[in-house]
Amino acid sequence: MSQSNPTQTSLQIGPLLRDHGGVVALIVILAFNILFTPNFLQLQTLFVNISQVATIAIVAMGMTLVIATGGIDLSVGAVMALAGALAPLIFQSQFGVDYPALGIAAALVVPLLVAGACGMFNGVMVAVLNVQPIIATLILFISGRGIAQVLTNGNLQTFSNKSFSYLGTGKVLGLPFQGWLALAIAVILFLVISRTIFGRYVLAIGGNERAARLAGGPVTKVKIGVYMICAGLAGLAGLIVVAINSASDAARNGNLMELDAIAAAVVGGALLQGGRAPIFGAILGAVIIQLVKYTLLANGVEDEVALIAKAGIILAAVYVQQTRKE
Amino acid sequence: MTTLLEMNAIRKAFNGVAALSGASIAIERGEVHALIGQNGAGKSTMIKVLTGVYHRDGGTILFNGAESVLTTPREAQATGIATIYQELNLVPLRSVTENVMLGYEPKRLGTFINWREAHRRTREILMRFGIDIDVKMPLGSYSTAIQQLVAIARAVSLDAKLVIMDEPTSSLDASEVKVLFGVVRGLRDAGVSVLYVSHFLDELFEICDRVTTMRDGQTVGCVKLAETTKLELIAGMLGRDPDEIAQAGMTEFGGGAAKQGEVLLTAQDIATGPRLSKFDMTLHRGEIVGLGGLLGAGRTEAARALFGVDALTRGKITLKGAGAPNSPAEAIRAGLGFLTEDRKAEGIIPGMSVRENLTLALLPKLTRNGQIDRARERQLVQKYIDALGIKTADMEQPIRELSGGNQQKVLLARWLANEPDILILDEPTRGVDVGAKREIQMIIRDYVDRGFGVVLISSEFEELVEGADRIVVLNEGRSIGELKNPGITEHKLVQALAHTDEVTA
Repeated sequence: MSQSNPTQTSLQIGPLLRDHGGVVALIVILAFNILFTPNFLQLQTLFVNISQVATIAIVAMGMTLVIATGGIDLSVGAVMALAGALAPLIFQSQFGVDYPALGIAAALVVPLLVAGACGMFNGVMVAVLNVQPIIATLILFISGRGIAQVLTNGNLQTFSNKSFSYLGTGKVLGLPFQGWLALAIAVILFLVISRTIFGRYVLAIGGNERAARLAGGPVTKVKIGVYMICAGLAGLAGLIVVAINSASDAARNGNLMELDAIAAAVVGGALLQGGRAPIFGAILGAVIIQLVKYTLLANGVEDEVALIAKAGIILAAVYVQQTRKE
Repeated sequence: MTTLLEMNAIRKAFNGVAALSGASIAIERGEVHALIGQNGAGKSTMIKVLTGVYHRDGGTILFNGAESVLTTPREAQATGIATIYQELNLVPLRSVTENVMLGYEPKRLGTFINWREAHRRTREILMRFGIDIDVKMPLGSYSTAIQQLVAIARAVSLDAKLVIMDEPTSSLDASEVKVLFGVVRGLRDAGVSVLYVSHFLDELFEICDRVTTMRDGQTVGCVKLAETTKLELIAGMLGRDPDEIAQAGMTEFGGGAAKQGEVLLTAQDIATGPRLSKFDMTLHRGEIVGLGGLLGAGRTEAARALFGVDALTRGKITLKGAGAPNSPAEAIRAGLGFLTEDRKAEGIIPGMSVRENLTLALLPKLTRNGQIDRARERQLVQKYIDALGIKTADMEQPIRELSGGNQQKVLLARWLANEPDILILDEPTRGVDVGAKREIQMIIRDYVDRGFGVVLISSEFEELVEGADRIVVLNEGRSIGELKNPGITEHKLVQALAHTDEVTA
């Protein structure tokens, strides 16, 4: 038996490291910042990071659901721009000015409905017409931002609206509102995945779509559902970005967000072939990506270099995933 | 003859659970050696230890006279061990030549593939096995049998000394099996050893020289096939007394005893495409109706049509007086269940637990307001694990870690838990060991006796003949007749298959 012991221990330590690789990475980044980044341990730093990470986390959670079914959604950034462009148009319209309360409500609901419709488009393309997800979502990736820019004539829309800005600048218990929002969404999605029939079907479809269909799973509906949730969350993130900036810039809102979201999901432990939906992992992934960005920025490294660092993180995450396979 | 391979006292454990505890096997040069045992006996683990997929915890391996320290399948290939897996690891969309030559293509100027030479060599290799096909066609355009032979040809072209075949005949029909056996004999004559893993015992007597039997991770014996009987082999695998089995019969079915109840299902003149062009059947409560036919006769297609997977192009299905289902989900609601033939591709969800796999079809009934009643789920799963004797560490174990027979029991439980009026079983005991097979057959008979109906598809005529109350005979996508038990014999079934016109039993 003495021979069998080393293999056994390595087998047990292996998964342990793999499962907590993200946490280890987070601790390393935090330790580095505490030691080297000036003014890191200040409340202001926490605020900045929470308010910035919330949008990545929200989009990454939707992306995690889509990836769990074996799909991918490239259109999230464009949907953010579209939703973000719509909101100021609505509350700054004549209607919004005449009825401020209704205007704000409509500025929240209508963009989310439009985002949901985008998701339905993606879902129908993928689930009904059997288009490859990467191609299906490329359509809105390209055209979504275009529509947003057409709607705003390509202009930056600035505004001053206290109620709407609460979405991006409000505080609850001293912490940014959108942080709480992201957390609430995470808890809800976690329960959806682990407790509901919808969640079980999501994982089953990603695990073996043919088997799921033959066991009576409503594959088409569930797939359309996850794309709608993903797009809806992207729309919400778009609104938050606009609220933070008190301005809507259709050209920049959500730019490259699809990459951040996919990276966060993968770093968080989502398998691109589907079957796993680590919701809190997505948040962890988003935090890591945000912190790396912040660390480099705070230490005077240029934004372009930060992109390379991000690629490094994805590489590491993919490597960890590969070692998972026997 | 000299010994090519000697594996001695091999030990291997997964997370503390022993899969192999002192297993041994010795293969001579130019010998076809069978390896048998129930699912979970350790056959696959043994092969994976040999080919370097797993690292052994203890024991010695001598291959070709030298201590073997293989760590990757690639190394195994280089030393002369080739494995033909159940699931072929070939590239169906690429040409036959590319598949055979993959990684060893003849080059021009060291860079460019010399296609003419590649095609020529491939043709030559295949001709040695009597396969004369267009090597420029995509591999996927040929039958499974041809693909399998191509895989073997590739292995042999790489100078294999030992070819491992894992259930090579499970998806072949009778004539294809003959061709395969010819190839195996050719290998033997050329001095290549073959390790032959199969559940079909009859085959072993036809093609193998010696047989090693495994049980519970250990080797229980190695005998010449000429000096043993099928009964003794089964007894060895089960660890039971041969006489006891002889008395009980080879299967647990007893067809023909059923009393027919009301009509559950009728299919009239249905068609779904070229592979199912005219099919009729009736199923009553309390009976097993078998679908008899050769590979490609349209049995699975008939099952898919009944379950609403494939749309009808003609004809009419009546289900308990109502119309036909349009999707699996509708079929399940209407009281149908369908245990599919291809466990891996259409049955299990490998990453999910036994519990999640077992309740997948039952979820709508376990759900209130979209939320799964998890307490009831666990209770139900435990009930079926106990009732069917599913061997699993606990219900949270991923199903991919279970042996084939236990996976099949989980899938069977997936449907039994739903209590469908009609259960369609497509090869319910394929790739399942003898012990689990008898248990599954008993479960099916039990189910029918409770007043439900079963449509049974099986390539094993023995199972069909003994199990079914009636057999609908199919040939080339058409139902061509019906046989009634008691009174069906394998001989009569074969006769019915041989006649393409109407037959009556």
